[in-house]
Amino acid sequence: MKIVVCIKQVPDTNEVRLDPVTGTLIRDGVPSIINPDDKAGLEAALRIKDEIGAEVSVLSMGPLQADTALREALAMGADHAYLITDRAFGGADTWATSSTLAAGLAKLDYDLIITGRQAIDGDTAQVGPQIAEHLGIPNISYAEEIKVEGDSVVVKRQYEDRYHIVKAKMPCLITALSELNEPRYMTPGGIFDAYREKEVVVWTRPDLDIDDSNIGLKGSPTRVAKSFPKSVKPAGEKVVLDGAEAAEYIVGKLKEKYVL
Amino acid sequence: MDFTLSKEHEMARTLFRDFAQKEVKPLAQEVDETEEFPRETVAKMQKLGFMGIPMPKEYGGQGCDTLTYVMCVEELAKVCGTTSVIVSAHTSLGSDPIKKFGTPEQKEKFLKPLASGEKLGAFALTEPNAGTDASGQQTKAVLDGDEYVLNGSKIFSTNGKEADIYIVFAMTDKSKGNKGISAFIVEKGTPGFSFGTKEKKMGIRGSSTYELIFTDCRIPKENLLGQEGKGFSYAMQTLDGGRIGIAAQALGLAEGALESTIAYVKERKQFGRPISKFQNTQFQIADMAVKVEAAKQLVYKAAIAKDTQKRYTVEAAMAKLYAAEVAMEVTTKCVQLHGGYGYTREYDVERMMRDAKITEIYEGTSEVQRMVISGSLL
Repeated sequence: MKIVVCIKQVPDTNEVRLDPVTGTLIRDGVPSIINPDDKAGLEAALRIKDEIGAEVSVLSMGPLQADTALREALAMGADHAYLITDRAFGGADTWATSSTLAAGLAKLDYDLIITGRQAIDGDTAQVGPQIAEHLGIPNISYAEEIKVEGDSVVVKRQYEDRYHIVKAKMPCLITALSELNEPRYMTPGGIFDAYREKEVVVWTRPDLDIDDSNIGLKGSPTRVAKSFPKSVKPAGEKVVLDGAEAAEYIVGKLKEKYVL
Repeated sequence: MDFTLSKEHEMARTLFRDFAQKEVKPLAQEVDETEEFPRETVAKMQKLGFMGIPMPKEYGGQGCDTLTYVMCVEELAKVCGTTSVIVSAHTSLGSDPIKKFGTPEQKEKFLKPLASGEKLGAFALTEPNAGTDASGQQTKAVLDGDEYVLNGSKIFSTNGKEADIYIVFAMTDKSKGNKGISAFIVEKGTPGFSFGTKEKKMGIRGSSTYELIFTDCRIPKENLLGQEGKGFSYAMQTLDGGRIGIAAQALGLAEGALESTIAYVKERKQFGRPISKFQNTQFQIADMAVKVEAAKQLVYKAAIAKDTQKRYTVEAAMAKLYAAEVAMEVTTKCVQLHGGYGYTREYDVERMMRDAKITEIYEGTSEVQRMVISGSLL
């Protein structure tokens, strides 16, 4: 069985601070990590490998620094790694990103593709399902559990108020939630092998069979009208009062704010 | 001369730091209070390959280098002195002598389970009357047919009761002095091998420090490590490596205390401003940071020397001497900067100061390191 996991290198948003003056992200010195949903997807693939045997590849599109994220995946136990990198792919929105990744995936053999649900620096949740559309394969999103049964996968799909149990014949694509599992640590020997024994295959523009109209900034139909930082909420007020007094206090506040 | 760490070393540090912060730090206080050996953490480290970092892959190890191992001990020590010395004693003292002096059969039988993390190792050299003067060994080993019969006792053995495989030193020929000492591999459960007192210690309180007792303990002849009579030399060579591990522990303790203190002085307000705004604090932090950095260079240099040089005795001695004294000085100053809170168990620096003291004592006191260093110069 062959599994390809798509991963994205993202800034660790837990460590990101906002510039108080400009309101933009301060990315300097912020560590880069594998996007958490993607990492859970990788762990799911590695568990399938441990249980029934599989060849796990990881694929990423990004700048050359994304090499580190792919090496981390190799150090966790992935067998092969591919990086799609070229200035021509820069500035891509979800359409251009998914088109490019699909062009990369077309070069690989796969029974199962796993992507994260969404990236913590974009939160669109579009790339995974779009890849499935480009490749013409079924897609099961929001996976909280994945089981392989013969030539199919059975996925417990998280829904707002329930679960869906969905079965799909492979090849198919699954988008993973970080709740899926607790990703394993790398091992020291795995890290050394990732750098000294294994290889990250780099694909640039000429390596992919894809039309220029579908890549990079020019191939991105999304137009950003305006971007602005979320306003910071002031600390709330905590008041401890008994029933009647509390009601009176609340009504007073609502009148003060002209709600009543 | 290049001081840049390779990408694999950088990534290994990230791994060790992550593990230390998530799995070790939350338990450090409890391990100290209860004096309980952190078995679950050790089991996790065994599974992740932390117990065989510099050991060859063919024997189940990770196939990394000494510098990677040192960074592991350092990152663990930043948050828990106990956990760091478990790895250090297992790797440098329990496993390394078999790697270096063992026969292929001994490596297959003993190094493999140690390096793969299946079993835990320990080292037993010190005796009640043979500490710094290790040549005063009173434990005896007498060859009787196909077995050696061990009699005597060892003290201060780190990983004491928890280990499975022990490197034990004993006199095989008292008339030859140092040259009459031999090294043996002893398995837990061998009849005649039992445990005595558990030490109640000032620091590294979760590490299992025990007395080992041998009463007509018969071990197979093939468990003699290397050659008869070479035990003292093996012990000294092993301690050269062990000192690098302890130097890394000391370095980690100093770094951990300094990191906590930097955070504390920025929060703690006196006279209307954070105490980090006072020049006394600033200068103390600066001085400590310089010393920690100097210690790090010595420790890393010794680690690299172990993999690239035939002898690294002086490098190891310098690293251990300096890092241990920096650890003691820095942790003490960090307690001082915390004021009254620093003297309480609410803050990690109190434990770190107690943990640091042992690094000036075990695996060769600071005085012994000075003897080694001056001996190479004079």
